[in-house]
Amino acid sequence: MILSAKYELMRKNFRNFAETEFTTEIQEKLDREGGFDEELFAKIAKNGFCGIKIPVEYGGQGGDSLAYVLMNEEFSRICPVGAIYANTPNSLGSGPLLACGNEEQKQRILPDVAAGRKHIVFALTEPGAGSDAGGTLTTADADGDDFILNGRKCFISGAPMADYAIIYAKTNRALRGSRGISMFILDMKLPGVSVGKGEMKMGINGYPTSDISMENVRVSKKDLLGPLDNGFITAMNTLNGGRLGVAAQSLGVAQGCLDEAIKYSKERKQFGKPICANQGISFMIAEMATEIEAARTLIYTTAIEKDQDAKDSFVKCAMSKYYASEMANRVAYKAVQIFGGYGYIKDYRVERLYRDVRVMSLYEGTTQVQQMVISGALLK
Amino acid sequence: MRIYVCVKQVPDTSGKVAVNENGTLNRASMQTIINPDDMNAMEAALKIKDATGCQVTAVTMGPPPAEGMLRELIAMGADDGVLISGREFGGSDTFATSQIIAGALHHLGIGDEDVVFCGRQAIDGDTAQVGPQIAEKLEIPQVTYAGEIEKDGNVLKIKRLLEDGYMTVEVKTPCLITCVKELNEPRYMTVKGIIECYDKPITVLDYPALENEPLIDKTTIGLKGSPTNIFKSFTPPQKGSVEMIPGTSQEAADALAEKLAKKHII
Ligand SMILES: Cc1cc2nc3c(=O)[nH]c(=O)nc-3n(C[C@H](O)[C@H](O)[C@H](O)COP(=O)(O)OP(=O)(O)OC[C@H]3O[C@@H](n4cnc5c(N)ncnc54)[C@H](O)[C@@H]3O)c2cc1C
Repeated sequence: MILSAKYELMRKNFRNFAETEFTTEIQEKLDREGGFDEELFAKIAKNGFCGIKIPVEYGGQGGDSLAYVLMNEEFSRICPVGAIYANTPNSLGSGPLLACGNEEQKQRILPDVAAGRKHIVFALTEPGAGSDAGGTLTTADADGDDFILNGRKCFISGAPMADYAIIYAKTNRALRGSRGISMFILDMKLPGVSVGKGEMKMGINGYPTSDISMENVRVSKKDLLGPLDNGFITAMNTLNGGRLGVAAQSLGVAQGCLDEAIKYSKERKQFGKPICANQGISFMIAEMATEIEAARTLIYTTAIEKDQDAKDSFVKCAMSKYYASEMANRVAYKAVQIFGGYGYIKDYRVERLYRDVRVMSLYEGTTQVQQMVISGALLK
Repeated sequence: MRIYVCVKQVPDTSGKVAVNENGTLNRASMQTIINPDDMNAMEAALKIKDATGCQVTAVTMGPPPAEGMLRELIAMGADDGVLISGREFGGSDTFATSQIIAGALHHLGIGDEDVVFCGRQAIDGDTAQVGPQIAEKLEIPQVTYAGEIEKDGNVLKIKRLLEDGYMTVEVKTPCLITCVKELNEPRYMTVKGIIECYDKPITVLDYPALENEPLIDKTTIGLKGSPTNIFKSFTPPQKGSVEMIPGTSQEAADALAEKLAKKHII
């Protein structure tokens, strides 16, 4: 797809940053030690990457969905966790605030998020409410000028270092399913908030994921975000943008796997010739490249259409995530196959990419949930 | 206060170098980058801009596509760009180039508080001559090899990094400073900067615009007028790449063994 000079320059800049800053040492350290690399985050923040999609009046860069997609793709091509560092404040973190925050809330929080001074995370999932987010059990009961929050969120990316969390809680128990759920801006330092231990994960190590528990947490009414009892609808809107981000992360990992596979298949010799001289290998590469290009075109057009408020863009976002995340898993599988036994060894990057990519078809709505969204729109 | 930063588009020397019949570089056929030392000069200027809000202007002499580089520097934070471009300027050596750039800077006007920043040297010619020659032509003081710059009103305090030590000097504006890579770590472009850079002004100064500049002697510019001529340019034969492995003998041996194993040599 031909991009204008402006977007080509963005890509060049994202790529330059990723290739320079996401060094092999950093990637290996993140994978080995987990935790959170403050220094790396500070570098990402200093260059404005936490606020790509946040408007300039709130301290952001004022970019659009295509800029956001290009950043996720280029960062993820080198280091998927690096992409997540920059992605969270841009999408799930600031999305709900931009979608339905009032002026006071936006002014209070977004400039700090855009500058990386504060971390904001998105807390929808619960132990009993994953794909079925409508099954939320966390409650928020009005009490004078406050709400009292009780419940537990799980698998929350970035929870251990979060300053704020967007919490989804049931405010009206009489309403069933996704109705009766509201959104709150939770200050993580409030009494009654506690954070669990980071989960031990298969991949994307170096960006901790943990529980957030709330026990009689008193949240001021001015931290109710968006309409009472109608927060879930907004969650879905935020997830559209986030899904495009995960699609782009998938695209980036796939491209990274292809780059590695091409290089290795030309270097590695067996039976007296490079392995890429076998059609068994070269056709795999052709297939990988073709699927990547198909995903890229789908994702870029969806980004453009989304910004033009196309009616079916939520379907295209779901398609993008569904196709790109499954594609990237296929591509990573083939890359490891091309590396042979070496692909199974941690010294080789494809081993890590293969693990990192696995989450792409799970978080922010599993593949099956995307298929529900797509088929639901077609069959209604 | 206005800071002029002189920048050059240079061939990416990690790629192959192509040469014209007359011995000059065939720039059109090579990938280009912004000369690395010039990026440090730009960063130094932007740091002063961050602190004082002064105007930063990127100035380059080169073919029309060099405009792309100016846009990138604006996306980093420069306010505007000046492209000195004309067939008559092509093939200039350092003597000719510095005349033309000095003429252009004179044409744009250098005020009492203004400063010219240059990179120490360009990676294609490696002469380190253009910056000092511009200062001479403009008759302003120059400080080369700046590794630290502190601004206090109209005085710049500069730590010069020399081969065998350093020297601290103070200089009054207007002046010209050449910068080394130890000076700072250049920032990246921002998305906001990229969105805005296509709407920022770029002034093109061609031959007719500078023809009557007193600092330019028309007989000593361009390929024909340049006092030095390139005899021959070529890509040196590949000797294979060398990588130094640091550390103690044990560490270095381990690292070497690992590298050989990765290449399936052992
Ligand atoms: C590393 C990581 C980070 C995460 N970060 C966050 C975060 O920051 N914030 C947040 O809120 N959540 C986060 N999550 C949670 C994630 O979004 C959920 O795990 C995901 O939505 C799936 O929910 P579940 O794990 O409960 O699976 P389940 O819903 O139990 O699904 C199990 C399986 O059943 C399938 N399934 C379920 N329902 C149907 C159906 N109706 N039809 C067909 N198949 C179905 C699913 O597709 C899946 O294959 C994260 C998860 C991980 C692993």
